Amino acid sequence: MAGEERNLKVRIDHVEKIYDGRQGKMVALNGVDLDIYENEFICVVGPSGCGKSTLLNIIAGLLEPSSGAVYVDGKKVEGTGTERGVVFQQYALFPWLTVLKNVMFGLKLKGMPDDQAKEIAMKYIKMVDLEGFVDAYPKELSGGMKQRVAIARAYAVQPEVLLMDEPFGALDAQTRTQLQAELTKTWQEEKKTCFFITHDVEEAIILATKVIVMSARPGRIKTIIDINLPYPRTQDLKMQKDFLDLKAQIWGEVYQEYLEVRK
Amino acid sequence: MDNKKKSKLQIPPWGWLIISFLVAMLLWFFLSVNEKTARSFPFLPAILQALGTVISRGVLAEDFISSMISVLSGFALGFVTAVPVAFLMAWYLPVRNILEPWIQFIRNIPPLAYVPLVVIAVGVGRKPQIIVIWLATFLIMTVTIYQGVRNVDETLLKAARVLGAKDKDLFIKVVFPATTPFILTAVRLGVSVALTTLIAAESTGASAGMGMRIRSFSNSFEVAPMLLYIILIGIIGITSEKIIKTLERKLTGWQEKREI
Repeated sequence: MAGEERNLKVRIDHVEKIYDGRQGKMVALNGVDLDIYENEFICVVGPSGCGKSTLLNIIAGLLEPSSGAVYVDGKKVEGTGTERGVVFQQYALFPWLTVLKNVMFGLKLKGMPDDQAKEIAMKYIKMVDLEGFVDAYPKELSGGMKQRVAIARAYAVQPEVLLMDEPFGALDAQTRTQLQAELTKTWQEEKKTCFFITHDVEEAIILATKVIVMSARPGRIKTIIDINLPYPRTQDLKMQKDFLDLKAQIWGEVYQEYLEVRK
Repeated sequence: MDNKKKSKLQIPPWGWLIISFLVAMLLWFFLSVNEKTARSFPFLPAILQALGTVISRGVLAEDFISSMISVLSGFALGFVTAVPVAFLMAWYLPVRNILEPWIQFIRNIPPLAYVPLVVIAVGVGRKPQIIVIWLATFLIMTVTIYQGVRNVDETLLKAARVLGAKDKDLFIKVVFPATTPFILTAVRLGVSVALTTLIAAESTGASAGMGMRIRSFSNSFEVAPMLLYIILIGIIGITSEKIIKTLERKLTGWQEKREI
């Protein structure tokens, strides 16, 4: 996979985040450095409270780092920007808009005329197999369908980087497996750089080109593991030795951190 | 046993409505023949006769229109003032900190208590009625809409921002639609409070109006027309609530849960 000429997409440059809480200062991120290259699929795993969501929010521009900075294509991140799309765990669909209008939301904000926005939205709704539900409201959809809409909505504005914060965390195992396969396919077709947070080690190995294990309190990057398994990664892969070795290795790293937190 | 259960299940909603109506009629009839309560609850024929009288004398139409003018203008004033105040309270901490305690305080005083004060200040007539209804509806609607604005799901704001929404877009495209259900609830509560307050507002120096007329019937011991007016106020209340509920269903049918 590792091409010779890899474009640096996102540079996380010594990002620190300190919260001033009632019990004094809480260091959420303690100097995180990471380079993400174009087309990489990064999965971040770590115990809860390791600051992985904080890091995602900083890249998205929804939070400001206490020190350090994030650069996307060499440009410093200040606030949100449509070159960075986000998919949230809670779907965050606008309940008063239909599927089509939800997907069109970002395009309309760009000032795109209705018919053009609709055309693009339809393309991504088809991509996530929901053309039968364009006029449905979110309340009529299952959790898996809602998250598909959210993914289509994020893709529709054509971001360079897609940030996903445990997007499949609230779904049942079957739906999750299905969406993982779909996401891999979309990632290969659309050539986007993905930054995906999960607490599920198997999910990370199935999806990622690179798994990042974060350590807890203060949050920092502990290990980076390249996943060189060929795509598409099917369910059978989960039985194979390569996969199981990786799983054991990553799980070991995460579990160690989990024990740290428990202390 | 089995049969009984089955027939129970088969009564449609309108069937229950009729049964409920008949039960009430029966109770009313009982009250009208019972010696102790007969004077307060004349039965249907007397009420219908009273209806004929107030219509033919033109009193009912006059009272109804007069009351509706007060209710609607007071409510409209309450609404146009409640919306901006509620949003300001939700967005600016100083506004909230200064206003909220007083809104809660005044809201808990029954309007009947301060009607005389308003009359002393602005004189008798329509003015005090509108002011009192305005105040009461303003308070309840401000509190309700304010809750709605504060309740806007923060993830929706985040989602809009990462899709490119600026502050102005956030307000028009997220906060406002997300608050609509609360605004409609506020309207429903506001109308109900406006009707309740009306009776208090008309109790001092009104020349016409449903509430004023009840008081004047009471002074002359005309029980049948009085009971008629009480029933009519109930009908006005339930009709307006039904209208608003239909509106709510149309405008906020997208909601996951319906609040009551």
